[in-house]
This record gives sequence, C-alpha cells and structure tokens, in this order.
Amino acid sequence: MEKSTQLGMNRTGADMSPIHSKAMLKGQSLFKVGPIDSTGMAAIRSSYVQLKEPVGSVPLPGTFKGVLTSGKEKMTGHNPEVLINKLGERLAFERSGVRLYDALIMKIEADKADEGKDIVSINLLKQFREEEYEHFLMVKEVMESVGADPTAQTPDADVAGLAALGIQKVMTEPRTSLSQCLEALLTAEMTDNGAWELLVELCEEMGLDDTSAEFRRALAQEEKHLEQIKSWVRQLTMGQAEKAL
Amino acid sequence: MSVNLLDARGTPLDQQRFTWRDLVQDPISKLDDDAFTRVRIILANGLEQQANRFQHMCSQMNKELREPLAMIRRVEHHQQTMINWLLSSDHSPIETTIGYEQVAIEVTAAIAQQEPDPYLAQVYRFGLLEDFDHMYRYSALLDRVEGKDANNILQSYTDIVPGRPTVDEHRHPTDDLRDHYDRKTAAPVSKMNALTIMSGEYQTRDYYMNIGPTFSDPVARQLYAEIASIEEQHVTQYGSIIDPDETMLEKWLLYEANEAYNYYSLLESETNPRIKAIWERFLEYELGHLDVVKNLFKKYERRDPAEILPEALPTPIPFESQRDFVRKTLEEEINLRANGTQFVDKSEESKASLDYRNHINSEGSPSEAVSAGYQWAPGTELARKSS
Repeated sequence: MEKSTQLGMNRTGADMSPIHSKAMLKGQSLFKVGPIDSTGMAAIRSSYVQLKEPVGSVPLPGTFKGVLTSGKEKMTGHNPEVLINKLGERLAFERSGVRLYDALIMKIEADKADEGKDIVSINLLKQFREEEYEHFLMVKEVMESVGADPTAQTPDADVAGLAALGIQKVMTEPRTSLSQCLEALLTAEMTDNGAWELLVELCEEMGLDDTSAEFRRALAQEEKHLEQIKSWVRQLTMGQAEKAL
Repeated sequence: MSVNLLDARGTPLDQQRFTWRDLVQDPISKLDDDAFTRVRIILANGLEQQANRFQHMCSQMNKELREPLAMIRRVEHHQQTMINWLLSSDHSPIETTIGYEQVAIEVTAAIAQQEPDPYLAQVYRFGLLEDFDHMYRYSALLDRVEGKDANNILQSYTDIVPGRPTVDEHRHPTDDLRDHYDRKTAAPVSKMNALTIMSGEYQTRDYYMNIGPTFSDPVARQLYAEIASIEEQHVTQYGSIIDPDETMLEKWLLYEANEAYNYYSLLESETNPRIKAIWERFLEYELGHLDVVKNLFKKYERRDPAEILPEALPTPIPFESQRDFVRKTLEEEINLRANGTQFVDKSEESKASLDYRNHINSEGSPSEAVSAGYQWAPGTELARKSS
C-alpha cells in the first residue's frame, strides 16, 4: 500500500485530544459572539478591487507579421493582444509542464519501493514530457512568427503560474506519494485541456487556420495525457482500497 | 541531567561542522508530530536568529571581537538553518503563523510564571494577552481565506478566543518602553527570560514582515501589516527590559548561556527522538560557544564569568498547555494598558497613545474586519453555521 494511506497518529482532529478539546469548547461557551459578519472583509477587498490595477500588461509586439498579416481581414475587429496574452500563457504552462513531468519521473525512478510502478508507465510519462516540450517549442515558434516576444511573461502566463504553484510543490515534495502527485498532475492536465480548446477556438476565430490546425494536434495529445492520468489515479486508488480490505 | 555552565566545555568550535545534507534534514509531520515539537522548533529558530543578529551588531561596534564573532556566528547561522528547515512545506504561511502565535502564548505564559521579578512578570503577562488576541484574529483569517481550522495546528492545547483587542494594542512608541532590570541585582534567569522572549518576538516581527506581501488578499495584507506593527511594539517592550549598561561581552555571555538553557529545556521535553538528538547536539554546541566567550570575558574584562552566570541552569522551561494561567490572566488583566513604563487601567491611557491609535485606525481596522462574528468551532465556523 502507498505510504499516503496508512493509519497512524494523526493529531490534527479534535477527537485526538478529548480532554483538551473539551476544555477548549468550554472556553468558547464563555465567550459571546454576534452573527458571522463578512461585511468588513468585503469592504477592505472592495476598496482595492475598485482601484482596478491589473497584474501587468501584454508586451508590445515589435511588428505584427506572418500569420497575423495574412489573416488581416479576419483580424479586423479582434484584439491581437488577447492572442499574444494567451499564447504567452500556453508557452509558460507547457514549459512548466515539462518540469512537472521531470520531477515526477525523477521521483518514481528514485523510489524503488513504490508499488504504483506496476500501474504507471514511466515510458509513457517520458513520452508525455516530450510532448509538453514540443508544445512549448511550437507555441514559441508561433509567437515569433507573429512578432511577439516569447521570452516575455504575459499577464495570463503570470497568473496561470500563480495558480499552478501548489502543483509544483506537491510534485517536488519528497514525502508525497505517486497517487498524490498524479492527482496534482491531473489538475494541471485538466486546466491544460481546457486552455488548448480555447486557444484553438481563438485562432479559428481570428482566421489563423494553419496555427489552429497545429494546435488541434497538440490538443489531441493533451486529451490522451488527461485520460491516461485520470485512469492511473483511479487504478491506484482502487488498488489501495482493495488491499486495505 | 544537570549542566554546569561554569565548567562545561561543550563541543569544541572546530568540530561544529555541517554538510548541506546534514543541514537540510527530513521535516516534521504537520499532521502527526505533536504541536509542541513545532513550538520548540519555532522558538529555537528565533533564538538562533537573534544570536546571529546580536553578533552582527557587536561586530559593527568592536574590532577586536570580530574574528571570534565571525566564527561562532557562522555556526549559529547553520544551526538556525537546520532548525528552521524542519518545518514542512505543507504548512501554509498562515498555518505557520498559527504556530508562531502558539509559541508566543505558551512560552510567554510559562516564562511569566517562573519569572521572579514581579514587574517583569507583569510585562510578560501584558504582552501575552496581546499575542493571545492575535491567535484569534489569525484563526479567523485562516478559516475565512483558506477554509482551514487553526486547531489542526494547535491540537487543542491553546484557546482561540479574543484577548486584549488588537485594535486597542496600538500605542505611542514611548508607551512601549519599560523599566529595565538591574544588571547588578537581577537574577540570571530574569536576564535569560528577557532574551528568550525578545528573540521570539523579533523573529515573529520579521516573519510577518517577510510573508505579509506574499498574500494576494488585501485583508491578509492589511492584517499582517497591523500585527507586524504590534510585534514591533513588543520587540521595543522586551528589548527595553534589558539593562543597557551591560557590557558587550556580558551580553554575549548571557546570550550563549540562554541558548544553552533553551536547548536544555527543549531536550528535556522533546517527544520526537530525531528532533531530540538535534537539541542534544546543539546544547553541546552552545556550551562550546559559551566556553569561547567565557575565555574572551576573562581576557578582555579581567572578570570571572561566575559574576554573570549561574553555576547550574534554571529549571527547564515547560512546554505544555498554559490554558488555566492564560484564562486567569485574561480575566484579571484584559483592561490593563501601558502609560509610559507603567501598567494602568484603560481609563488612564496617555493622550499620545490615544491620538496615535485614533489615527492609525481611522480608515478601518483589519483585525476587527477579519474576525467580525468569528467564533472558533471544531472543523471551522462553517461547521458551526450548519449545526
């Protein structure tokens, strides 16, 4: 069984210290409080939200060229900065994705005892890692072809990175199990799938037919990643449940 | 186990070495280790941080001592690293904050009871009720921002109810100064207690100042700004109870003796054998530092360290729930305020503090906003709401 699901001396719950918990609850009964009131918190948050300062801006492209120029007619009425922002996000996400797979592969190779290895294929994980890397390079080339700077961090790239911080922490934490890591990876792949779908649609809408066709191929690969990881998580969890009986 | 401070030699300084693997050990389990193991780790981190800070300041004011200061300071730095890195990565910054406030409450309450000087004991009880209130405000923040129960960290050892309201803790700087002990007459344990509590508060101030801006939520950013300001007041308070006429080497002796005293206390109470071995190792390191400083004291001041140090270490600091003492203090002293160096009823506060407070709170109070209607319940206030 994986080490994440062992019974033990978890001390976090109130039931683990009945005498202290009883004393603590008695203290609560001596303290009178009004109804739950979040208006003060809302007022503070609102006073900052109203300032409407964004996290940052989309970098100005040197010149629009290549695909953007050829699709000029359809680009009319659209904001190219939206595309640059989203391309920047995808590039950053795929690049970080390579590192997530690297961390997981290293962890599995280092942990000789982990039973999950008979379920999870390391070769398939390595293949997925390579595909993430190819997607990163693909988006990089597209950005260069439209005159956008692939080395810049766009606002959506920044925020997607913020959202994914916890995933990276789970993956690199030595104490987390294979199924815990795969579940974190599942979060990343689900987000990634949704984001590729959106990017394909955005390119189609902007008349970037060649790009959207390329991106469709990436989406198809990402769908396989998602399906496989979801299946591994299911198999590992069910396997542990069976052994526990 | 008994330790004789005057005779002990400890580990020789040249044998106090580390490797990166040694410095970065496996962390404790947030879920399975006892909350007091985390309390001890946080306290020890604060002591090492303050030892390092003190020694840097000395170095800027004394040429002759620079070399021994540099040598001992490097070890103190690495001791701090090994200790602080024992905290596991699954602690969110607010969860670690709950741990810091548990240290402030349980250790200050323990020290307030063993402090022989009645005025200093009052100083500790005064600060205690303020940190106690911080626990309540941060528990509300943890619940309302992360949706987590602070008691997962506290393990029912420490109450979560209001103390002296944080909104009322803001004082004019001159009302945070206290009378200092007299270096010639104060008991050694009084001098060491002052260093322990000041070190704990100083690291808390620095921790809040470092993590405050890492929050996205404006409520959290404001709350950390507010409570960091109180911790700054507490550092002012506890720093001012120390006699400014002690010589630099006298202070250094006390710092090293106090570190030894604390490791001895940690060692006596530790339940995790792996962590206990660290406390044991570092007690010997501190005795080694003390040995160097005793010789410097003799060389430069031509005085006997026995003038400053007690022969035996005081009774170890207990690491256990001080719930009853805290409740009694709360009941009797919640309305105390500070006016200059004295403690007075809240009706007798200085105009300077009232003016200061009125202004700083004039655009709202984060500590009041975050906890409006908050009452701790097992499993968070959402569990209370549905019951």
